Amino acid sequence: MNDFSGFSRRLRALVYKEFLQLIRDNSSLLLGIALPLVLILLIGYGISLDVKNVPTAVVLEDPSPTAQDSVSFLTGSDYFNPRYVTSMKEAEILMEQRKADVILRIPPDFTEKLEHGEAKIQAILYGVETTTSMTVQGYLETGLASWLEARQGSTHGAVIVTRMWFNDANTSSWFFVPGLIMLIMTIVGVFLTAVVMAREWERGTFESLFVTPVQAAELILAKMIPYFCVAMAGMLLCLVAGHYLYGVPLRGSIILILAVSMLFLIVALGIGLVISALTKNQFNACQLALLVTFMPSVMISGFLFDMHSQPIVIQAVGQLFPTTYYLILLKSLFLSGNNFPLIIKNSLILVVYAVLFLGLAFHITRKRVEE
Amino acid sequence: MNAQTDYIVKTENLTKVFPQKDGTSVTALAPLNIEVKKGVLSALIGPDGSGKTTLMRLMAGLMLPTEGRLTVLGKNVAEEPQAVQNELSYMPQKFGLYEDLSVEENMNLYADLHGIPQDIRPERFERLLNMTGLSPFTKRLAGKLSGGMKQKLGLACTLVRSPSLLLLDEPTVGVDPLSRRELWEILKSLVASDPISIFVNTSYMDEAEMCADVFVMNRGRVLMEGTPADIRALAKNLCFSVEPPETVPTRVLQSLLLDDSEHIIDAVPDGGRVHFITRGAEQSPVLDNFSLTAEAVPERLEDGFMLLMHKDLKENPDLSAPAVQSRDDKILKEQKRITSDAGLPVDIEVKNLVRKFGDFTAVANTSFSVHQGEIFGLLGPNGAGKTTTFRMLCGLLPATSGYLNVAGVDLSVSRTKAREKLGYVAQKFSLYGNLSVLENLRFFGGAYGLSGETLKKRINEVIDEFSLHGRENDAAESLPGGYKQRLSMAAALMHKPKILFLDEPTSGIDPLARRQFWRQITDLSAHGTTIIITTHFMEEAEYCDRIMIQDQGRLFAIGSPEGIRDELGLKHAPMNEVFITIVENGRKEEHK
Repeated sequence: MNDFSGFSRRLRALVYKEFLQLIRDNSSLLLGIALPLVLILLIGYGISLDVKNVPTAVVLEDPSPTAQDSVSFLTGSDYFNPRYVTSMKEAEILMEQRKADVILRIPPDFTEKLEHGEAKIQAILYGVETTTSMTVQGYLETGLASWLEARQGSTHGAVIVTRMWFNDANTSSWFFVPGLIMLIMTIVGVFLTAVVMAREWERGTFESLFVTPVQAAELILAKMIPYFCVAMAGMLLCLVAGHYLYGVPLRGSIILILAVSMLFLIVALGIGLVISALTKNQFNACQLALLVTFMPSVMISGFLFDMHSQPIVIQAVGQLFPTTYYLILLKSLFLSGNNFPLIIKNSLILVVYAVLFLGLAFHITRKRVEE
Repeated sequence: MNAQTDYIVKTENLTKVFPQKDGTSVTALAPLNIEVKKGVLSALIGPDGSGKTTLMRLMAGLMLPTEGRLTVLGKNVAEEPQAVQNELSYMPQKFGLYEDLSVEENMNLYADLHGIPQDIRPERFERLLNMTGLSPFTKRLAGKLSGGMKQKLGLACTLVRSPSLLLLDEPTVGVDPLSRRELWEILKSLVASDPISIFVNTSYMDEAEMCADVFVMNRGRVLMEGTPADIRALAKNLCFSVEPPETVPTRVLQSLLLDDSEHIIDAVPDGGRVHFITRGAEQSPVLDNFSLTAEAVPERLEDGFMLLMHKDLKENPDLSAPAVQSRDDKILKEQKRITSDAGLPVDIEVKNLVRKFGDFTAVANTSFSVHQGEIFGLLGPNGAGKTTTFRMLCGLLPATSGYLNVAGVDLSVSRTKAREKLGYVAQKFSLYGNLSVLENLRFFGGAYGLSGETLKKRINEVIDEFSLHGRENDAAESLPGGYKQRLSMAAALMHKPKILFLDEPTSGIDPLARRQFWRQITDLSAHGTTIIITTHFMEEAEYCDRIMIQDQGRLFAIGSPEGIRDELGLKHAPMNEVFITIVENGRKEEHK
């Protein structure tokens, strides 16, 4: 078929051009390959939602052994770094100098009141870091409760439950890796594609290409193929790094992980192409891509914050973004295994998005330069 | 078949209207009926914004007409854009080269897209590369080529196959005269050797002169179609030339003639003389005052073009900017030619100026000085170092080495102090588009430290001086090109600077507005403002007291236009020719 040979010849020429540009323009490769690596190292080792070594000032106004024993859980714990002082004033100074995040005050009548079951310990938290403070408050309450139960001869079981709670906090990198893969697919798929496509409009390279036998569909496919490869390379890097550096389990099928990733990538590329065809300008494409993909994928897809803890309205908005479904798929495939009903449902949603955005991209990318 | 009536493009009531965001619409093409002849070089000439590019894009199938029918190569473009695109080649104003691909890769891409078989490529590429002089640079990245070379590579990519129709949209804008001449040699040989029709947009008259057929366009309408001789003939017996007295600057005589609109239609400095078009037999009193006699000269294409523009303007007076009020004729008449030994104070002094970017020398060891009230022009092709020199002079860019004194202030010591004494008009319109004329002036006045009554008074003065009456409350972005230009100048002059810097002020404004612009500059200089100006219109050098010609960072010539001409033995030659000779000589010397 003559038409087909022309199509494949032109597509090959365009894809070759795209790869040459990709190799020569380091910024695209940096964004596609180096950024995932930096992010995974940064997030894996640098960011953690766990709170450890909290500097704590302990004011023991009651010198009795009971009182001392009540805060003994602080010592030798990974979570607290206690410093014993003798007066409240001293503790306040430490807090002001940011040498203490918590002041724990045992009042003089602690032992006495404890006999009546009315003992109180004052905890002053550095409220600026709300998230940290809340976590620390939880730690303190649990620590004290376990001491009370141990002292009052309650069941040992309660103490064990508390310990479980403490230990379980060390897995945030497991939680992050699927999110990171989603983020990289979004950056490369939407952001990079939208920008390189908008660049062609902006620099007038399309105007010259348009007056050749080339078809709009060929231009679109030629943009998709190379960036598909870059995003998949970035994704594999994350997968390998996540598995071998952080021991993230791969409980589901690796083939399924790759398959849903490819599916999501088509959605992402479609969004990128639509954005560039609408804006035809690099700056606007950047802004729009950030707004409609990057921000939601970080803030409301469940990457950083659990969706269930968000207000209903925000949850509903989150449901509009394809990133949310992809993240659900990834998390379940990584951490829990092949849950087929869930996989089929979310994949189908992604297929709908893929058809929608690709269709739109092909529809609005015309060989015209109307202003 | 009769070759005379055979056309390759035909428009029937072709109309293009662009709807605007605010609900209004702009008519880019009024109903247009033209036929472009087959097998010849045709030119479309007209000022910027006259609809030339829109017409080209319609022909290339990149836009849809609002109304009417457009037939290209026998097909209706709106219905079969792809079929038309398969047969024609189009080179947009800014050809979209891939800057990170090499010369060869760019050409291969277009050859692949056009389906040029591998076996005929070597021969075809060789011919194109020889023709464009790009043979030694096949491995160079397109982004690393000079402006002229990029244009030639664009042409080579456009010609990887033999189209039936070649559309070129302003192929020589921003290209130096040397490359311009080479590019046109290619076009002429192409039309002679191949069965091809070429349709070119241009704003250069010398280029239109080389075409068999010329369309003159203004505001979306074709004013006239004919051979260059036909258009020239409009000005038959109306053209004269006069040499100004020794002590009178050419531009002063030209301005005085231009002001005498009763007798004179147009006047322009040309080769040290003033070339003008009269309304009739009666002689202008300006010439009597200087006791000069003009001699009749042959009419040029530009004269015919200017006549058409004036006629169009007269028929639609509401669309034109009112003529600039000439202020004080007396001061103008008394202005003398500035010579270096006139003992005038020196406003700008530059010694051994050097600017390097890494190991690239943008400006090499340049020295010159500019006197008070002088108009000093910086000329040169793209990449010559004009803009770099310019930026150093206004303190926007520090010099790598050398001495730089502007308005009595050593720039290496105090740039801020020097800036108070100079005004700057950037190449791109750099005022606030959504502020009104008055608000812009108020803002810039305030930025220069004016306030209260002083500011009010100054605003009224510049509005008078630049004839901005009736436009005070219009948003700056809604002004026509000529007005924008005036507003930019008014804003730059709010603080009455001693020196005014203008970067390519005349690019993108129509020829009539350009005349008015220079009229204003002549006035300013007569009142003692020193003017530093860059331009790529070589003929505008004629307005300058002295010019400096740079190429690849080196100073090739400095002096008065007459002085430079005399030195080369090219008396009364057009500036384009002078420029080409200087750059060629300079490059030759460098090779030795």
